[in-house]
Amino acid sequence: MAKKLKVIGTPVPKQDANIRVTGKAVYGHDITLPNMLHGAILRTEHPSAIIQSIDLSEAKKLPGVVCIITADDVDVNNIGYKRDHPILKKGEANCTRDEIAAVAAETKEIAKQALELIKVKYKVRKGIYDANDALKDSAPQINKFISGKFENKNIAETFHYEHGNLEEAKKNSAHIVSRRFTLPRMTHACMATSNVTASFNKVDKKLLMYSSTQVPFLYQRDMAHALKMSPSDIRVIQPIIGGGFGSKLDIHPFEPICALLSMKTGRPVQILFSREEEFIASPIRQPMVIDLTAGVDKKGNFTFREINILKDNGAYTSWGATTPFVIMQSFSSLYKLKACKFNATAVYTNNVFAGSFRGYGNPQATFALERVIDLLADKIGMDKAEIRLLNANEKGEVTGQGLHFDTCGHKECLETVIKKSNYNKKVIAKQDARFKKGIGLASMLHVGGGAKIYRSDGCGTTLKIDPYGYCTIISGSNEIGQGSETVLAMMAAEELGIDLKKIKVINTDTDVKPWDVGVHASRTSFVAGNSLLGAIKILKEKLSKKASELMNSSHSEFDYENGQIVSVKSKDSIALDKVVREMHFSEPNELAIASFFYEPSSKFQDKNFKGNVSGSYAFASQAIEVEVDTYTGNVKVLDIYVAQDVGKVLNPLLLGGQIEGGLLQGVGYALTEELLMHEGKILNPNFHNYKMLTASDIPDIHFFPIETNDKEGPYGAKGVGEAPLIPTAAAIANAVCNALGVEFVELPLTPERVLKAISLSKINNNHHNLISL
Amino acid sequence: MKKIKYNKEILHDISFFLNEKKVSCQIKASTILLDLIRDVFELKGTKPGCHEGECGACTVLVDGAPVNSCLFLAINANGKKITTIEGLINTDGSLHPIQETLVEKGAVQCGFCTSGMAMSIKAMLNQYENAQHVPGDIIQDLPTREEIKKYLEGNLCRCTGYTKIIDAAEELFKQG
Repeated sequence: MAKKLKVIGTPVPKQDANIRVTGKAVYGHDITLPNMLHGAILRTEHPSAIIQSIDLSEAKKLPGVVCIITADDVDVNNIGYKRDHPILKKGEANCTRDEIAAVAAETKEIAKQALELIKVKYKVRKGIYDANDALKDSAPQINKFISGKFENKNIAETFHYEHGNLEEAKKNSAHIVSRRFTLPRMTHACMATSNVTASFNKVDKKLLMYSSTQVPFLYQRDMAHALKMSPSDIRVIQPIIGGGFGSKLDIHPFEPICALLSMKTGRPVQILFSREEEFIASPIRQPMVIDLTAGVDKKGNFTFREINILKDNGAYTSWGATTPFVIMQSFSSLYKLKACKFNATAVYTNNVFAGSFRGYGNPQATFALERVIDLLADKIGMDKAEIRLLNANEKGEVTGQGLHFDTCGHKECLETVIKKSNYNKKVIAKQDARFKKGIGLASMLHVGGGAKIYRSDGCGTTLKIDPYGYCTIISGSNEIGQGSETVLAMMAAEELGIDLKKIKVINTDTDVKPWDVGVHASRTSFVAGNSLLGAIKILKEKLSKKASELMNSSHSEFDYENGQIVSVKSKDSIALDKVVREMHFSEPNELAIASFFYEPSSKFQDKNFKGNVSGSYAFASQAIEVEVDTYTGNVKVLDIYVAQDVGKVLNPLLLGGQIEGGLLQGVGYALTEELLMHEGKILNPNFHNYKMLTASDIPDIHFFPIETNDKEGPYGAKGVGEAPLIPTAAAIANAVCNALGVEFVELPLTPERVLKAISLSKINNNHHNLISL
Repeated sequence: MKKIKYNKEILHDISFFLNEKKVSCQIKASTILLDLIRDVFELKGTKPGCHEGECGACTVLVDGAPVNSCLFLAINANGKKITTIEGLINTDGSLHPIQETLVEKGAVQCGFCTSGMAMSIKAMLNQYENAQHVPGDIIQDLPTREEIKKYLEGNLCRCTGYTKIIDAAEELFKQG
């Protein structure tokens, strides 16, 4: 019997918004500790160079400089996903970000001045700035810290996956399309720049890090490895985090550097990035070249996909190198597919290295895949909506990769956006001579119930109720602005019948909170929610037992509402806080406390990447209408119709915020955002030249949540955070191609690229052309 | 090469109203208003987003008009009225309608842009209110959604996609 929900599903405003909107929230930038020093990092002048000497003498003389460190001064391990990244660089520089020295000084200004006084002699080398060049025999080995298990010295990582009979599927194809897609560098551009405050206590040898990390327990472990400490001697406290989007999944050199400065000086040290430093030295979305060959039979069924990806890994390996793990899921399993062969290779270069970024490789994959689907539809003369509906995933499907779609809203998402956008009429709309309208479709598949890429994808919760009837949720999960604290509080309010104002969430301190793998993979509502519900169930059993005793009844079924525990049978009730007091203060004395560790039912995939990696899967479709100014090349996104299988709407207000925010990041990826590099240096490290969208650029968004009620999810919910931006660039590109009758294989669709496409198509008498600029 | 000089900068006396309270201090001519507010007066609600006038996170009001406090020399605050996000809240701790509406409309996610957004919205409301009170002025209509978007162009946000922030601003104009 499903109980009617009172809190879940309602538009509760973010519970922590009040402190943020009044300026009272304490971000990393706002922390000041007694006796605190300010750190600054000297980065290389050249992306590829031999470091011949470092002269610190002048810098050390500057009054106010307390400590300067270089690689020679520290005894540390490498960091990074493959432990191939020295914290401070010795002997050579391989990337424009490379940390050569670090200063701790009494003021920010003195720290900066000291950097200018450090004299480094470089012997500049010719760097490798193209992944193809790195694979040549003549190329030098760029990263010297890898084991060399691959055939080429500059290969950082490879991924191979396949299912089905590829050769047979090729034979059964009526048409085959091959394209090469090139994806740009995009950066997170969190509104708060990277920041950390480290405080090492020389007496007890414990390190306290105020860090904006998204993965505090992995951070603690990795930091301990880097600094040769015990993880438990490192306490990680997360202040309010000014934007994450995946950028804080890796630990970055500035964090152990800050710790080292604090260990050397015995004083707290703070490092804050300038905006320029943020553009240069914080992670990016992976650039990659995707070769995709795909087939379709004469009825329009997709037959096979063959994918080769070359990823520019940059000089060191971050979690970003593992994005093929997600990319291959879309290629193998988005739309029904008989055969798939996937290869991805990450290659070291002297460029900047990527990190993880909301969508984790999926926007790149979905762009290539959904573009090719349009081309396949054209080849067989089938409508672009029809071919997608024909091949859409279905409930109960087990894909070639072994993903179990126990619930699946793919078809419903497609049908919804096709209908709501009036797709069938717009696709053949009459055109103005200058302003051409077009509409494009794209879908996406993403993990919706965590992703088991570590041994555990779990989350712990400790729950307590105090003698005044207030509830404290101590959750392993993390708040990065997305609203997880509010969603957890809503679940507790729903289940315990307590007012939202009486619920507190403690989730920022590794010394206090139970283990969790971090905020990523759209997992928090799903995994932390299930963990909380598990703890609530245990606690309610204790409370109900006591209530039954106090009522002198044999009743075991109780409702929790309005702060009361109410017998379902007799309707007798007792106040929750009274039950807690009786538990605490009368024999046998007991705390109103419970703990639970939730581990999703998902499986760690085998070495062939087969297996049901998530507890649930999210689907979404978008239909996007654009208007292209054929005189200027400007693309205006008019309307975005988005239907997303969210399982169950937990909070429509916060869900809307995730959708709108994600979509605009997707529009930026499609149209304006590109971190430009030339020979290893970043050309546009500021908001003036890196074009993030503004309030004026927003399209009209029409959102239709699709509720498939996944039995694994809390109240049926699935993960929602990453999905909104994944198909956006694909749908926009399809719309622009629809408007102009041209083809694009690169992002972003800047006015220059659009104009060039138009002029080439005129030259070639409106034949479809492959545009590569 | 010119040698960098330390500890020899001349200090200047300034006084101004900070959130309606008269304050005085000695500053270097090069001190920017953002640093003065955050580091000297320890009002941390004004956020440093870029220090180059591009993101709007540090927006404060100088005599009611919005400025990027990262580009405003503190010495020019002398004699003026400076309002920061801390000055918006009512004295009893209750939220200003701008803050309340931003919360209710779901316009706050990470919140790092929010102080600047709130101050820009405040400036736009001020401008609208002043226009209303100019005798003979015929501006009567509420600003359009497009005008609100244009006004908030100088405030970047990475989380929300702006929609709910614009919804909140629109609601505030309707409330009057």
